[in-house]
Amino acid sequence: MRIVGIDLGTTNSLIAYMDGKTPRVITGRGGRAMVPSVVAMTDNGLIVGDPAKEHLVRNPARTIYSVKRFMGKGLADVTDELKYFPYTLSEQGGVIRIKVGEKTYSPPQVSAMILKELKQRAEAFLHEDVSKAVITVPAYFNDSQRQATKDAGMIAGLDVVRIINEPTAASLAYGLQQRTQGTIAVYDLGGGTFDISILKLKEGIFEVLSTNGNTHLGGDDLDHVLAEVILKDVRAKHSLELEKYDDTMQSVRLEAERIKIRLSDEARTTAVIELPDGKGTFRRDFSRDELETLAEPLVGRTLAPCRQALKDAGLTPSDIDEVVLVGGSTRMPLVRRRVQELFGKKPHSELNPDEVVALGAAVQADILSGGTQDMLLLDVTPLSLGIETMGGVMSTLIRRNTTIPASSKEMFTTYVDGQTGVDIHILQGERELVKDNRSLARFRLKVPPLPAGVPRIEVTFLIDANGILNVTARDIRTKQSQSLEVKPSHGLTDDEVERMIGESFQFAADDLKARQLIEARTEADAILTATDKALKRGGSLIRQEELTTIRATLSSLEAVKKGDDHKAIRAKIAETEQVTHHLAEVLMDDSLKQALKNKKLSELP
Amino acid sequence: MDQTSQTSSKRTELQMARSMCWHCQSEVTGEYYCGQCVKVQPLSKELDYFTCLGLPRLLSIDPATLEAKYYELSRAFHPDFFQAKTETEKQISLGNSALLNTAYGTLKDPVQRAEYLLKLEAGSAKDIRNTPPADLFEEILELQEDLEAFRSASGDAGETTQYRTKLLADRKLLEERQQAMDTKLTGLFAKWDTIQNRAPEPDALRPQKDEVLKEMRELLSNRTYLCSILGDLVATLEGGHADRRH
Repeated sequence: MRIVGIDLGTTNSLIAYMDGKTPRVITGRGGRAMVPSVVAMTDNGLIVGDPAKEHLVRNPARTIYSVKRFMGKGLADVTDELKYFPYTLSEQGGVIRIKVGEKTYSPPQVSAMILKELKQRAEAFLHEDVSKAVITVPAYFNDSQRQATKDAGMIAGLDVVRIINEPTAASLAYGLQQRTQGTIAVYDLGGGTFDISILKLKEGIFEVLSTNGNTHLGGDDLDHVLAEVILKDVRAKHSLELEKYDDTMQSVRLEAERIKIRLSDEARTTAVIELPDGKGTFRRDFSRDELETLAEPLVGRTLAPCRQALKDAGLTPSDIDEVVLVGGSTRMPLVRRRVQELFGKKPHSELNPDEVVALGAAVQADILSGGTQDMLLLDVTPLSLGIETMGGVMSTLIRRNTTIPASSKEMFTTYVDGQTGVDIHILQGERELVKDNRSLARFRLKVPPLPAGVPRIEVTFLIDANGILNVTARDIRTKQSQSLEVKPSHGLTDDEVERMIGESFQFAADDLKARQLIEARTEADAILTATDKALKRGGSLIRQEELTTIRATLSSLEAVKKGDDHKAIRAKIAETEQVTHHLAEVLMDDSLKQALKNKKLSELP
Repeated sequence: MDQTSQTSSKRTELQMARSMCWHCQSEVTGEYYCGQCVKVQPLSKELDYFTCLGLPRLLSIDPATLEAKYYELSRAFHPDFFQAKTETEKQISLGNSALLNTAYGTLKDPVQRAEYLLKLEAGSAKDIRNTPPADLFEEILELQEDLEAFRSASGDAGETTQYRTKLLADRKLLEERQQAMDTKLTGLFAKWDTIQNRAPEPDALRPQKDEVLKEMRELLSNRTYLCSILGDLVATLEGGHADRRH
């Protein structure tokens, strides 16, 4: 069974497969490999990718973009960046919910819509069912974000055989195609996230020595900074608060993205914005110098993680043999200069920075399906894992940059006679105090009632090759393992995922049904209006019983139109057409007679 | 010497969880695959890290040899190569890989390696503490005062520079001291290895072994202390908050 590789990005997503020994991205009808990670929920159904991007301006409240920023997060995590998001967010069970119209969607559900689009694209291209995938995530994604990505895959009907880190995926593609050896640094600046990974490549083994990053730093942030400049200038010049216009806000954001991209190749460019309420067109020139001044603080924020990663690997910049650039944002000349300054060597970008992650995912998929046997990726966990101990302090069980799979065993006992449970709070992060780290999950260990200190329950915390935590417990006295109900702090429950899988199958069907219903109702309306008009003109020309039949049919069409069965509506439309057939003929004859009246034969057409 | 090589070659055989293959019940003798059905076998949970990586219980380890063995075993156990196998084989691969990674991570670092050996030989009752080196007592007291003065220094630039210069000198002293400790540790490694080579059986030459272990424990306890104040000092100089985890 074939396994595909998917890069599920903040701004763009791609799908790739192995063509023999070469990974290739799959392009759509327009020849483009990138699918914008945008989902529009229109009255006519779900639209994903390039056509959905057009809806950002036309229908901002029903078009979702950058959903990756919400994956595995609670509402409190994202309050700072809601300015550009025109839809309403809420939270349920620690998970963000996005309100579109009457319905709410969790971020994994929206991501699943993108994954389904990619899946269909691959199926059309490969002429076979695609049901297994390797999906990439930023290396610095925590457990909740990884789990949310896995959930998205499941909701989309994909068996996610592996979650791999984006920079390491890129290194696989480079290692395969460039035969790179030695110590390499992968600098990955994407739309919404930044990662740095330091790897050692030797005889087919890709050993990650350290990783660091920021899951909240990317090209999107620069778009926002540029957009702020435009908003400020519009306010000054036209006394216009564009924040009030959801559609114009999206135009500004998209134009900011376009000028940022243009300024990677050109020295100057002009931003053009159509102002609302017929206030005309706003133009503003931007130079690359100005962009770089604006981008400098953002690029600067990527350097500290790079230094930390070097330190954690026990290396200095001169130990790095090669630097590889990944992610669309590394096209900016400023980024290239800063990276070159830090590592003291010219970075590589031979492979398309937009595609290299998806290509690497396809290589990993090939390894997992038994195709490539000579390459092996040994990745690490980006964040320390621990549990809460007395006084709100985190006790570390597995340190950051530990090679995965990694496990740690802890023995738990009781402090009170007859105590029947021990509450365990799992955390991820590098700080001393519980409150400064990320809460992952909680669970209650069941303990048989015994004198204090007698029960001995061994809990194994295992981070698997996906970087996802699995917890198991065993009673040392009875040698019985116990099942745990681990409640994620910012994740969907198994039941929710199950329900969403069901809904997603229905969703596609619902879309089609909704569209067919709308079309049937529109047609019913048209025939009702036309028949009414015809009856007014020709009702007197037909027999009474025929008139009664027509009236009865019309009222039953009226009734069935209110229901949501498009087939029933279609059937009634057909019936109406049939019973009004004679009326139509009579009217035609009549109008012919009217037309012929007072006319000479020579005047007839 | 004959005895040594014999014993160490025996030690390179892996200890498996069971002496019988979980799948076909044939005898398993220190190989991680069953000789009959070629199914991967679970490593024993009691397996020590040295044995896991096919090494004798010695402290001087050649990093290249260690790495080569780690890569070889990773290729044998990593879950990537068990994707299409049965659930049991996947679980064994996962467990074996996790153990292998912990073993390699511990033995790769000389300090962690020594700490692990202490735990193995002397049990967890003899934990490494966090004790200031007796001969550095005065210097440490002085350093604490310097740190305090630097942190509470007024905005006066001259005063700050003065304290900073003082702290930089302290830092140099501590780093030299740490290097001296590391040299001493390497010496103790050699000492342990000599005794262990002469008498690999756990009970043989026990008093001599315990003596080296005791010395090592004291040195490591002092080193832990030194590292933590050095970390504090560097963090203060660099103006960030101390990341006490490292």
